Amino acid sequence: MSSTNSIELEQEIARVEEAAQAAISRRWQLVYALRIGLLVVTLGGWELAGRLQWIDPFFFSMPSMIADQIWVWATEGTSQGPLWEQVLVTLEETVLGFLIGAAGGIVCGILLGRNKLLADVFSIYIKVANSIPRVVLGSIFIIALGLGMASKVALAVVMVFFVVFGNAFQGVREADKNLIANALILGASQRQVTYSVVLPSAMSWILASLHVSFGFALVGAVVGEFLGSRQGIGLLIATAQGSFNAAGVFAAMIVLAVVALAAEFLLTRLENLLLKWRPPQFSDMSA
Amino acid sequence: MIHASPETAAISATAAATAAAALASRPAIELINVSRRFISPEGKVIPALRDFSMAVHPEEFCAVVGPTGCGKSTTLSLITGLAKPSAGEVRIDGNIVSGIDPRIGFVFQADAVFPWRNVLDNVAAGPVFRGLPKPQAMDMARDWIRRVGLAGFEAHFPHQLSGGMRKRVALAQTFINEPGILLMDEPFSALDVQTRALMQEELLNLWSVNRASVVFVTHDIEEAIALADRVFVLTKGPATVKAVYEIDLPRPRRVAEARYTPRFIELSRQIWSDLREEVQI
Repeated sequence: MSSTNSIELEQEIARVEEAAQAAISRRWQLVYALRIGLLVVTLGGWELAGRLQWIDPFFFSMPSMIADQIWVWATEGTSQGPLWEQVLVTLEETVLGFLIGAAGGIVCGILLGRNKLLADVFSIYIKVANSIPRVVLGSIFIIALGLGMASKVALAVVMVFFVVFGNAFQGVREADKNLIANALILGASQRQVTYSVVLPSAMSWILASLHVSFGFALVGAVVGEFLGSRQGIGLLIATAQGSFNAAGVFAAMIVLAVVALAAEFLLTRLENLLLKWRPPQFSDMSA
Repeated sequence: MIHASPETAAISATAAATAAAALASRPAIELINVSRRFISPEGKVIPALRDFSMAVHPEEFCAVVGPTGCGKSTTLSLITGLAKPSAGEVRIDGNIVSGIDPRIGFVFQADAVFPWRNVLDNVAAGPVFRGLPKPQAMDMARDWIRRVGLAGFEAHFPHQLSGGMRKRVALAQTFINEPGILLMDEPFSALDVQTRALMQEELLNLWSVNRASVVFVTHDIEEAIALADRVFVLTKGPATVKAVYEIDLPRPRRVAEARYTPRFIELSRQIWSDLREEVQI
Protein backbone atom coordinates (compact mmCIF):
# COMPACT_ATOMS: atom_id res chain seq x y z
CA MET A 1 0.00 0.00 0.00
CA SER A 2 2.57 2.49 1.16
CA SER A 3 5.13 1.40 -1.47
CA THR A 4 2.66 1.98 -4.30
CA ASN A 5 1.90 5.33 -2.71
CA SER A 6 5.54 6.31 -2.66
CA ILE A 7 6.01 5.26 -6.30
CA GLU A 8 3.01 7.33 -7.27
CA LEU A 9 4.43 10.24 -5.32
CA GLU A 10 7.76 9.95 -7.12
CA GLN A 11 6.04 9.87 -10.48
CA GLU A 12 4.00 12.88 -9.48
CA ILE A 13 7.15 14.78 -8.47
CA ALA A 14 8.88 13.80 -11.75
CA ARG A 15 5.86 15.05 -13.72
CA VAL A 16 5.77 18.37 -11.86
CA GLU A 17 9.51 18.86 -12.30
CA GLU A 18 9.33 18.11 -16.01
CA ALA A 19 6.50 20.59 -16.44
CA ALA A 20 8.37 23.24 -14.43
CA GLN A 21 11.56 22.76 -16.44
CA ALA A 22 9.65 22.96 -19.69
CA ALA A 23 8.02 26.20 -18.52
CA ILE A 24 11.39 27.67 -17.59
CA SER A 25 12.95 26.82 -20.95
CA ARG A 26 9.87 28.15 -22.79
CA ARG A 27 10.23 31.42 -20.94
CA TRP A 28 13.87 31.72 -21.93
CA GLN A 29 13.05 31.00 -25.56
CA LEU A 30 10.51 33.81 -25.40
CA VAL A 31 13.05 36.21 -23.87
CA TYR A 32 15.64 35.42 -26.54
CA ALA A 33 13.08 35.75 -29.35
CA LEU A 34 11.98 39.14 -27.99
CA ARG A 35 15.59 40.31 -27.66
CA ILE A 36 16.35 39.41 -31.27
CA GLY A 37 13.03 40.87 -32.39
CA LEU A 38 13.79 44.17 -30.67
CA LEU A 39 17.19 44.35 -32.35
CA VAL A 40 15.74 43.57 -35.79
CA VAL A 41 12.94 46.13 -35.40
CA THR A 42 15.30 48.88 -34.22
CA LEU A 43 18.00 48.34 -36.85
CA GLY A 44 15.43 47.55 -39.56
CA GLY A 45 13.43 50.68 -38.70
CA TRP A 46 16.57 52.81 -38.84
CA GLU A 47 17.61 51.32 -42.20
CA LEU A 48 14.09 51.75 -43.59
CA ALA A 49 13.80 55.33 -42.38
CA GLY A 50 17.12 56.11 -44.03
CA ARG A 51 16.28 54.46 -47.32
CA LEU A 52 12.84 56.14 -47.48
CA GLN A 53 14.54 59.49 -46.72
CA TRP A 54 12.51 60.03 -43.51
CA ILE A 55 15.85 60.83 -41.95
CA ASP A 56 18.88 62.01 -43.88
CA PRO A 57 21.42 59.16 -44.00
CA PHE A 58 24.15 61.77 -44.53
CA PHE A 59 23.65 63.02 -40.98
CA PHE A 60 22.22 59.96 -39.22
CA SER A 61 23.74 57.16 -41.31
CA MET A 62 22.21 53.70 -41.65
CA PRO A 63 23.14 50.25 -40.28
CA SER A 64 24.20 49.06 -43.76
CA MET A 65 26.51 52.07 -44.20
CA ILE A 66 28.02 51.47 -40.77
CA ALA A 67 28.60 47.80 -41.55
CA ASP A 68 30.22 48.82 -44.85
CA GLN A 69 32.48 51.27 -43.04
CA ILE A 70 33.61 48.63 -40.51
CA TRP A 71 34.22 46.20 -43.36
CA VAL A 72 36.32 48.73 -45.28
CA TRP A 73 38.31 49.58 -42.13
CA ALA A 74 38.85 45.92 -41.36
CA THR A 75 39.90 44.87 -44.87
CA GLU A 76 41.55 47.97 -46.36
CA GLY A 77 42.61 49.78 -43.19
CA THR A 78 41.78 53.29 -42.05
CA SER A 79 43.27 56.55 -43.27
CA GLN A 80 45.74 56.35 -40.38
CA GLY A 81 46.76 52.69 -40.73
CA PRO A 82 45.22 49.25 -40.09
CA LEU A 83 42.15 49.10 -37.80
CA TRP A 84 43.69 46.64 -35.35
CA GLU A 85 46.57 49.05 -34.80
CA GLN A 86 44.12 51.78 -33.78
CA VAL A 87 42.32 49.39 -31.46
CA LEU A 88 45.61 48.27 -29.98
CA VAL A 89 46.81 51.83 -29.34
CA THR A 90 43.56 52.83 -27.63
CA LEU A 91 43.50 49.59 -25.66
CA GLU A 92 47.08 50.08 -24.52
CA GLU A 93 46.32 53.61 -23.29
CA THR A 94 43.16 52.40 -21.59
CA VAL A 95 44.76 49.44 -19.85
CA LEU A 96 47.81 51.42 -18.71
CA GLY A 97 45.63 54.24 -17.40
CA PHE A 98 43.29 51.77 -15.77
CA LEU A 99 46.08 49.85 -14.02
CA ILE A 100 47.90 52.94 -12.75
CA GLY A 101 44.70 54.70 -11.71
CA ALA A 102 43.25 51.64 -10.01
CA ALA A 103 46.47 50.83 -8.15
CA GLY A 104 46.79 54.45 -7.01
CA GLY A 105 43.13 54.58 -6.00
CA ILE A 106 43.35 51.36 -3.99
CA VAL A 107 46.54 52.37 -2.19
CA CYS A 108 45.32 55.89 -1.37
CA GLY A 109 41.85 54.62 -0.42
CA ILE A 110 43.26 52.12 2.05
CA LEU A 111 45.79 54.59 3.42
CA LEU A 112 43.16 57.25 4.08
CA GLY A 113 40.57 54.71 5.17
CA ARG A 114 42.92 53.35 7.84
CA ASN A 115 44.13 56.76 9.03
CA LYS A 116 41.47 59.09 10.41
CA LEU A 117 43.74 62.15 10.50
CA LEU A 118 44.87 61.78 6.89
CA ALA A 119 41.26 61.26 5.87
CA ASP A 120 40.06 64.39 7.68
CA VAL A 121 42.86 66.49 6.18
CA PHE A 122 42.61 65.25 2.59
CA SER A 123 38.86 64.67 2.24
CA ILE A 124 38.06 68.31 1.45
CA TYR A 125 40.67 68.51 -1.32
CA ILE A 126 39.58 65.22 -2.82
CA LYS A 127 36.01 66.51 -2.93
CA VAL A 128 37.20 69.63 -4.74
CA ALA A 129 39.36 67.68 -7.18
CA ASN A 130 36.53 65.24 -7.78
CA SER A 131 34.11 68.03 -8.68
CA ILE A 132 36.34 69.35 -11.49
CA PRO A 133 35.11 67.99 -14.82
CA ARG A 134 38.13 65.79 -15.40
CA VAL A 135 37.83 65.64 -19.18
CA VAL A 136 38.95 69.27 -19.25
CA LEU A 137 42.27 68.15 -17.80
CA GLY A 138 42.87 66.44 -21.16
CA SER A 139 43.84 69.79 -22.70
CA ILE A 140 46.40 70.41 -19.96
CA PHE A 141 47.86 66.93 -20.39
CA ILE A 142 48.19 67.37 -24.15
CA ILE A 143 49.95 70.71 -23.67
CA ALA A 144 52.25 69.26 -21.01
CA LEU A 145 52.80 65.71 -22.25
CA GLY A 146 52.45 66.07 -26.00
CA LEU A 147 50.46 64.21 -28.63
CA GLY A 148 51.89 60.80 -27.72
CA MET A 149 50.54 58.09 -25.48
CA ALA A 150 51.47 59.74 -22.15
CA SER A 151 48.77 62.41 -22.28
CA LYS A 152 46.02 59.83 -22.94
CA VAL A 153 47.26 57.54 -20.20
CA ALA A 154 47.32 60.51 -17.80
CA LEU A 155 43.72 61.39 -18.62
CA ALA A 156 42.62 57.78 -18.19
CA VAL A 157 44.46 57.62 -14.83
CA VAL A 158 42.64 60.70 -13.58
CA MET A 159 39.30 59.30 -14.72
CA VAL A 160 39.87 55.98 -12.96
CA PHE A 161 41.60 57.17 -9.80
CA PHE A 162 38.73 58.97 -8.11
CA VAL A 163 36.18 56.25 -8.70
CA VAL A 164 38.42 53.50 -7.36
CA PHE A 165 39.68 55.69 -4.53
CA GLY A 166 36.16 56.56 -3.42
CA ASN A 167 35.08 52.92 -3.34
CA ALA A 168 38.27 51.63 -1.71
CA PHE A 169 37.95 54.30 0.98
CA GLN A 170 34.30 53.46 1.61
CA GLY A 171 35.07 49.73 1.58
CA VAL A 172 37.77 50.18 4.21
CA ARG A 173 35.46 52.29 6.35
CA GLU A 174 32.72 49.67 6.11
CA ALA A 175 35.03 46.85 7.23
CA ASP A 176 33.35 45.06 10.12
CA LYS A 177 34.67 46.39 13.45
CA ASN A 178 34.10 42.97 15.02
CA LEU A 179 36.28 41.26 12.43
CA ILE A 180 39.08 43.76 13.05
CA ALA A 181 38.78 43.34 16.82
CA ASN A 182 38.76 39.56 16.39
CA ALA A 183 41.92 39.64 14.28
CA LEU A 184 43.65 41.92 16.79
CA ILE A 185 42.78 39.65 19.70
CA LEU A 186 43.83 36.56 17.73
CA GLY A 187 47.24 38.23 17.55
CA ALA A 188 47.31 40.15 14.28
CA SER A 189 49.53 43.23 13.89
CA GLN A 190 48.06 46.39 12.32
CA ARG A 191 49.74 45.38 9.08
CA GLN A 192 48.23 41.90 9.20
CA VAL A 193 44.83 43.45 9.92
CA THR A 194 45.17 45.59 6.78
CA TYR A 195 46.17 42.67 4.57
CA SER A 196 43.97 39.93 5.94
CA VAL A 197 40.86 41.77 7.12
CA VAL A 198 40.55 45.26 5.67
CA LEU A 199 41.67 44.49 2.12
CA PRO A 200 39.48 41.40 1.64
CA SER A 201 36.40 43.12 3.04
CA ALA A 202 36.97 46.17 0.85
CA MET A 203 37.51 43.87 -2.12
CA SER A 204 33.89 43.65 -3.21
CA TRP A 205 33.65 47.46 -3.18
CA ILE A 206 36.90 47.80 -5.09
CA LEU A 207 35.91 45.25 -7.70
CA ALA A 208 32.56 46.95 -8.22
CA SER A 209 34.40 50.20 -8.93
CA LEU A 210 36.79 48.46 -11.32
CA HIS A 211 33.81 47.51 -13.47
CA VAL A 212 32.69 51.10 -13.81
CA SER A 213 36.12 52.61 -14.04
CA PHE A 214 37.32 50.52 -16.96
CA GLY A 215 34.63 52.30 -18.96
CA PHE A 216 35.95 55.61 -17.62
CA ALA A 217 39.49 54.69 -18.62
CA LEU A 218 38.24 54.05 -22.13
CA VAL A 219 36.48 57.43 -22.15
CA GLY A 220 39.69 59.08 -20.96
CA ALA A 221 41.80 57.46 -23.68
CA VAL A 222 39.31 58.20 -26.47
CA VAL A 223 38.71 61.81 -25.40
CA GLY A 224 42.46 62.30 -25.14
CA GLU A 225 42.89 61.03 -28.68
CA PHE A 226 40.01 63.17 -29.77
CA LEU A 227 41.69 66.28 -28.40
CA GLY A 228 44.92 65.60 -30.23
CA SER A 229 46.83 62.50 -31.26
CA ARG A 230 48.40 60.62 -34.15
CA GLN A 231 46.70 57.26 -33.69
CA GLY A 232 43.76 55.55 -31.98
CA ILE A 233 40.00 55.15 -32.19
CA GLY A 234 39.44 58.64 -30.81
CA LEU A 235 41.36 60.09 -33.75
CA LEU A 236 39.28 57.89 -36.06
CA ILE A 237 36.17 59.55 -34.68
CA ALA A 238 37.68 63.00 -34.93
CA THR A 239 38.67 62.37 -38.56
CA ALA A 240 35.22 60.99 -39.43
CA GLN A 241 33.60 64.02 -37.77
CA GLY A 242 35.88 66.38 -39.71
CA SER A 243 34.81 64.86 -43.01
CA PHE A 244 31.09 64.66 -42.05
CA ASN A 245 31.26 60.87 -42.13
CA ALA A 246 28.47 59.86 -39.71
CA ALA A 247 28.90 56.18 -40.56
CA GLY A 248 32.54 56.46 -39.48
CA VAL A 249 31.58 57.85 -36.07
CA PHE A 250 29.04 55.08 -35.49
CA ALA A 251 31.48 52.43 -36.72
CA ALA A 252 34.12 53.64 -34.27
CA MET A 253 31.49 53.57 -31.52
CA ILE A 254 30.74 49.93 -32.26
CA VAL A 255 34.43 49.02 -32.22
CA LEU A 256 34.66 50.72 -28.79
CA ALA A 257 31.60 48.87 -27.54
CA VAL A 258 33.13 45.53 -28.52
CA VAL A 259 36.34 46.42 -26.67
CA ALA A 260 34.38 47.51 -23.58
CA LEU A 261 32.23 44.37 -23.55
CA ALA A 262 35.29 42.12 -23.86
CA ALA A 263 36.92 43.92 -20.92
CA GLU A 264 33.72 43.69 -18.89
CA PHE A 265 33.64 39.94 -19.49
CA LEU A 266 37.24 39.54 -18.30
CA LEU A 267 36.61 41.68 -15.21
CA THR A 268 33.56 39.62 -14.26
CA ARG A 269 35.68 36.48 -14.49
CA LEU A 270 38.31 38.06 -12.24
CA GLU A 271 35.63 39.13 -9.77
CA ASN A 272 34.16 35.64 -9.53
CA LEU A 273 37.62 34.24 -8.97
CA LEU A 274 38.45 36.71 -6.18
CA LEU A 275 35.07 36.64 -4.46
CA LYS A 276 34.40 32.92 -4.49
CA TRP A 277 33.85 33.09 -0.72
CA ARG A 278 30.66 35.07 -1.22
CA PRO A 279 27.33 33.27 -1.08
CA PRO A 280 25.98 32.68 -4.59
CA GLN A 281 23.68 35.45 -5.77
CA PHE A 282 20.52 33.82 -6.95
CA SER A 283 19.33 36.93 -8.76
CA ASP A 284 22.40 36.58 -10.96
CA MET A 285 21.45 33.19 -12.34
CA SER A 286 20.40 34.73 -15.63
CA ALA A 287 23.90 36.08 -16.26
CA MET B 1 70.03 29.72 37.18
CA ILE B 2 70.34 26.58 35.08
CA HIS B 3 73.11 24.88 37.12
CA ALA B 4 71.75 25.73 40.54
CA SER B 5 73.46 24.30 43.65
CA PRO B 6 71.23 22.15 45.94
CA GLU B 7 70.75 24.89 48.57
CA THR B 8 69.88 27.67 46.09
CA ALA B 9 67.58 25.19 44.42
CA ALA B 10 65.88 24.62 47.76
CA ILE B 11 65.58 28.36 48.35
CA SER B 12 64.18 29.00 44.92
CA ALA B 13 61.78 26.09 45.43
CA THR B 14 60.37 27.71 48.57
CA ALA B 15 60.32 31.04 46.77
CA ALA B 16 58.42 29.39 43.96
CA ALA B 17 56.02 27.85 46.46
CA THR B 18 55.25 31.20 48.09
CA ALA B 19 54.96 32.77 44.64
CA ALA B 20 52.55 30.00 43.66
CA ALA B 21 50.54 30.60 46.83
CA ALA B 22 50.43 34.32 46.04
CA LEU B 23 49.43 33.46 42.49
CA ALA B 24 46.62 31.22 43.68
CA SER B 25 45.15 33.97 45.83
CA ARG B 26 45.75 36.70 43.26
CA PRO B 27 42.81 37.18 40.89
CA ALA B 28 43.40 36.44 37.21
CA ILE B 29 41.28 39.42 36.20
CA GLU B 30 40.62 42.45 38.35
CA LEU B 31 38.58 45.56 37.70
CA ILE B 32 39.12 48.03 40.54
CA ASN B 33 36.74 50.99 40.87
CA VAL B 34 36.58 51.30 37.12
CA SER B 35 34.57 53.99 35.38
CA ARG B 36 34.18 54.24 31.66
CA ARG B 37 32.72 57.18 29.82
CA PHE B 38 32.14 57.45 26.12
CA ILE B 39 32.61 60.74 24.37
CA SER B 40 30.11 61.12 21.58
CA PRO B 41 31.25 62.72 18.28
CA GLU B 42 29.58 65.98 19.42
CA GLY B 43 31.71 65.93 22.59
CA LYS B 44 28.98 64.82 25.02
CA VAL B 45 29.82 62.44 27.85
CA ILE B 46 27.93 59.13 28.02
CA PRO B 47 28.69 57.09 31.16
CA ALA B 48 28.76 53.30 30.67
CA LEU B 49 30.36 51.98 33.88
CA ARG B 50 30.48 53.66 37.29
CA ASP B 51 32.76 52.64 40.12
CA PHE B 52 32.74 49.07 38.91
CA SER B 53 34.73 46.36 40.69
CA MET B 54 34.96 42.67 40.05
CA ALA B 55 37.59 39.98 40.41
CA VAL B 56 37.84 36.65 38.62
CA HIS B 57 40.02 33.96 40.18
CA PRO B 58 42.25 31.69 38.12
CA GLU B 59 40.29 28.89 36.44
CA GLU B 60 37.02 30.43 37.54
CA PHE B 61 34.00 30.70 35.24
CA CYS B 62 32.17 33.98 35.87
CA ALA B 63 29.00 35.08 34.19
CA VAL B 64 27.79 38.67 34.00
CA VAL B 65 24.08 39.35 33.61
CA GLY B 66 22.41 42.71 33.44
CA PRO B 67 19.78 44.73 31.63
CA THR B 68 20.27 45.46 27.94
CA GLY B 69 22.64 48.34 27.25
CA CYS B 70 23.91 48.60 30.84
CA GLY B 71 27.57 48.29 29.86
CA LYS B 72 28.15 44.53 30.11
CA SER B 73 30.13 44.43 26.90
CA THR B 74 32.15 47.45 28.00
CA THR B 75 33.64 45.42 30.85
CA LEU B 76 34.96 42.98 28.26
CA SER B 77 36.50 45.63 26.01
CA LEU B 78 38.24 47.05 29.08
CA ILE B 79 39.78 43.66 29.87
CA THR B 80 40.95 43.19 26.27
CA GLY B 81 42.60 46.59 26.29
CA LEU B 82 40.65 47.64 23.19
CA ALA B 83 39.12 50.31 25.45
CA LYS B 84 40.79 52.21 28.26
CA PRO B 85 39.10 52.97 31.60
CA SER B 86 38.33 56.65 32.29
CA ALA B 87 39.12 56.00 35.95
CA GLY B 88 40.25 53.01 37.99
CA GLU B 89 42.45 50.07 37.12
CA VAL B 90 42.12 46.91 35.09
CA ARG B 91 44.63 44.18 35.92
CA ILE B 92 45.41 40.79 34.42
CA ASP B 93 47.46 38.52 36.71
CA GLY B 94 48.26 41.62 38.75
CA ASN B 95 49.63 43.66 35.83
CA ILE B 96 47.82 46.75 34.60
CA VAL B 97 46.38 46.17 31.14
CA SER B 98 48.12 48.07 28.37
CA GLY B 99 47.27 46.87 24.91
CA ILE B 100 45.95 43.48 23.92
CA ASP B 101 47.20 40.68 26.14
CA PRO B 102 48.17 37.59 24.10
CA ARG B 103 46.65 35.31 26.76
CA ILE B 104 43.17 36.61 25.94
CA GLY B 105 40.66 34.77 23.81
CA PHE B 106 37.41 36.45 22.79
CA VAL B 107 34.21 35.00 21.37
CA PHE B 108 31.93 37.61 19.81
CA GLN B 109 28.18 37.92 19.76
CA ALA B 110 27.98 38.42 16.01
CA ASP B 111 29.76 36.23 13.51
CA ALA B 112 33.37 37.28 13.65
CA VAL B 113 34.85 34.47 11.58
CA PHE B 114 36.42 35.77 8.38
CA PRO B 115 33.90 35.15 5.60
CA TRP B 116 36.58 35.07 2.87
CA ARG B 117 38.54 32.30 4.55
CA ASN B 118 37.55 28.66 4.63
CA VAL B 119 37.17 26.84 7.96
CA LEU B 120 40.77 25.63 8.03
CA ASP B 121 42.26 29.06 7.34
CA ASN B 122 39.88 30.63 9.85
CA VAL B 123 40.91 28.32 12.65
CA ALA B 124 44.60 28.60 11.74
CA ALA B 125 44.38 32.43 11.76
CA GLY B 126 45.56 32.94 15.35
CA PRO B 127 48.74 30.82 15.20
CA VAL B 128 49.59 32.24 11.74
CA PHE B 129 49.14 35.82 12.99
CA ARG B 130 51.39 34.94 15.90
CA GLY B 131 54.13 33.75 13.57
CA LEU B 132 53.84 29.96 13.68
CA PRO B 133 55.01 28.37 10.39
CA LYS B 134 52.05 27.67 8.14
CA PRO B 135 52.28 23.83 7.97
CA GLN B 136 52.34 23.56 11.79
CA ALA B 137 49.45 26.00 12.12
CA MET B 138 47.45 23.96 9.61
CA ASP B 139 48.09 20.74 11.53
CA MET B 140 46.98 22.40 14.76
CA ALA B 141 43.90 23.78 13.03
CA ARG B 142 42.94 20.36 11.66
CA ASP B 143 43.18 18.95 15.19
CA TRP B 144 40.95 21.70 16.62
CA ILE B 145 38.43 21.37 13.82
CA ARG B 146 38.15 17.70 14.72
CA ARG B 147 37.75 18.55 18.41
CA VAL B 148 34.77 20.82 17.76
CA GLY B 149 33.22 18.17 15.53
CA LEU B 150 33.69 19.84 12.15
CA ALA B 151 36.03 17.28 10.54
CA GLY B 152 35.26 17.14 6.83
CA PHE B 153 34.25 20.81 6.65
CA GLU B 154 37.81 22.21 6.40
CA ALA B 155 37.34 23.56 2.89
CA HIS B 156 33.88 25.07 3.49
CA PHE B 157 33.38 28.81 3.60
CA PRO B 158 31.41 30.27 6.53
CA HIS B 159 28.38 31.09 4.38
CA GLN B 160 28.07 27.39 3.60
CA LEU B 161 27.72 26.51 7.30
CA SER B 162 24.81 26.80 9.75
CA GLY B 163 24.88 29.34 12.58
CA GLY B 164 25.82 26.65 15.11
CA MET B 165 28.66 25.39 12.93
CA ARG B 166 29.99 28.92 12.50
CA LYS B 167 30.01 29.24 16.29
CA ARG B 168 32.02 26.03 16.49
CA VAL B 169 34.51 27.55 14.06
CA ALA B 170 34.66 30.64 16.30
CA LEU B 171 35.27 28.44 19.38
CA ALA B 172 38.05 26.49 17.64
CA GLN B 173 39.55 29.77 16.39
CA THR B 174 39.63 31.05 19.98
CA PHE B 175 40.71 27.89 21.80
CA ILE B 176 43.57 27.11 19.37
CA ASN B 177 45.49 30.02 20.94
CA GLU B 178 45.09 28.28 24.31
CA PRO B 179 43.86 31.42 26.07
CA GLY B 180 44.40 31.72 29.81
CA ILE B 181 41.64 34.30 29.88
CA LEU B 182 38.47 33.70 27.94
CA LEU B 183 36.02 36.52 27.32
CA MET B 184 32.65 35.82 25.78
CA ASP B 185 30.14 38.45 24.73
CA GLU B 186 26.69 36.84 24.45
CA PRO B 187 28.26 34.28 22.13
CA PHE B 188 25.19 32.09 21.74
CA SER B 189 22.41 34.69 21.77
CA ALA B 190 21.88 34.52 18.00
CA LEU B 191 21.36 30.74 18.03
CA ASP B 192 18.09 28.86 18.32
CA VAL B 193 17.30 27.24 21.69
CA GLN B 194 18.34 23.67 20.81
CA THR B 195 21.62 24.71 19.18
CA ARG B 196 22.34 27.01 22.10
CA ALA B 197 22.05 24.11 24.57
CA LEU B 198 24.44 22.01 22.45
CA MET B 199 26.93 24.86 22.23
CA GLN B 200 26.84 25.42 25.99
CA GLU B 201 27.66 21.75 26.48
CA GLU B 202 30.46 22.04 23.91
CA LEU B 203 31.86 25.11 25.65
CA LEU B 204 31.92 23.39 29.05
CA ASN B 205 33.74 20.41 27.48
CA LEU B 206 36.37 22.62 25.89
CA TRP B 207 36.75 24.66 29.07
CA SER B 208 37.12 21.58 31.29
CA VAL B 209 40.37 20.84 29.44
CA ASN B 210 41.55 24.42 28.92
CA ARG B 211 40.62 25.75 32.41
CA ALA B 212 40.85 29.41 31.44
CA SER B 213 39.49 32.15 33.67
CA VAL B 214 36.23 33.07 31.99
CA VAL B 215 34.04 36.16 31.87
CA PHE B 216 30.84 35.25 30.09
CA VAL B 217 28.46 38.11 29.38
CA THR B 218 24.86 37.17 28.74
CA HIS B 219 21.33 38.45 29.23
CA ASP B 220 20.08 34.90 29.76
CA ILE B 221 19.92 34.07 33.49
CA GLU B 222 19.59 30.33 32.94
CA GLU B 223 22.60 30.28 30.65
CA ALA B 224 24.59 32.12 33.31
CA ILE B 225 23.61 29.64 36.05
CA ALA B 226 24.16 26.59 33.86
CA LEU B 227 27.70 27.59 32.94
CA ALA B 228 29.20 29.67 35.73
CA ASP B 229 30.80 29.31 39.16
CA ARG B 230 29.75 32.84 40.05
CA VAL B 231 27.15 35.14 38.55
CA PHE B 232 27.53 38.93 38.73
CA VAL B 233 24.27 40.85 38.48
CA LEU B 234 24.66 44.41 37.21
CA THR B 235 22.42 47.43 37.68
CA LYS B 236 21.05 49.35 34.75
CA GLY B 237 23.51 51.74 33.11
CA PRO B 238 25.86 53.22 34.14
CA ALA B 239 26.43 49.76 35.57
CA THR B 240 27.72 48.77 38.98
CA VAL B 241 27.70 45.31 40.55
CA LYS B 242 24.37 44.78 42.28
CA ALA B 243 24.88 41.26 43.62
CA VAL B 244 27.14 38.23 43.25
CA TYR B 245 25.80 34.67 43.39
CA GLU B 246 27.89 31.57 44.07
CA ILE B 247 26.58 28.79 41.86
CA ASP B 248 27.12 25.63 43.91
CA LEU B 249 25.87 23.17 41.33
CA PRO B 250 28.33 20.25 41.03
CA ARG B 251 30.71 19.87 38.09
CA PRO B 252 30.98 18.35 35.57
CA ARG B 253 27.55 19.71 34.72
CA ARG B 254 25.20 18.39 32.13
CA VAL B 255 23.55 21.61 31.04
CA ALA B 256 20.43 19.88 29.77
CA GLU B 257 19.83 18.11 33.13
CA ALA B 258 21.09 20.73 35.58
CA ARG B 259 18.34 23.04 34.35
CA TYR B 260 15.62 21.00 36.10
CA THR B 261 17.23 20.57 39.54
CA PRO B 262 15.49 22.40 42.43
CA ARG B 263 18.68 24.32 43.30
CA PHE B 264 18.92 25.64 39.74
CA ILE B 265 15.33 26.84 39.81
CA GLU B 266 15.82 28.49 43.19
CA LEU B 267 18.94 30.35 41.98
CA SER B 268 17.15 31.35 38.83
CA ARG B 269 14.28 32.81 40.87
CA GLN B 270 16.62 34.76 43.17
CA ILE B 271 18.62 36.28 40.34
CA TRP B 272 15.50 37.16 38.40
CA SER B 273 13.96 38.98 41.39
CA ASP B 274 17.20 40.97 41.65
CA LEU B 275 17.32 41.76 37.98
CA ARG B 276 13.63 42.55 37.62
CA GLU B 277 13.99 45.83 39.51
CA GLU B 278 16.64 46.89 37.01
CA VAL B 279 14.80 46.07 33.84
CA GLN B 280 11.48 47.62 34.87
CA ILE B 281 10.40 50.41 32.57
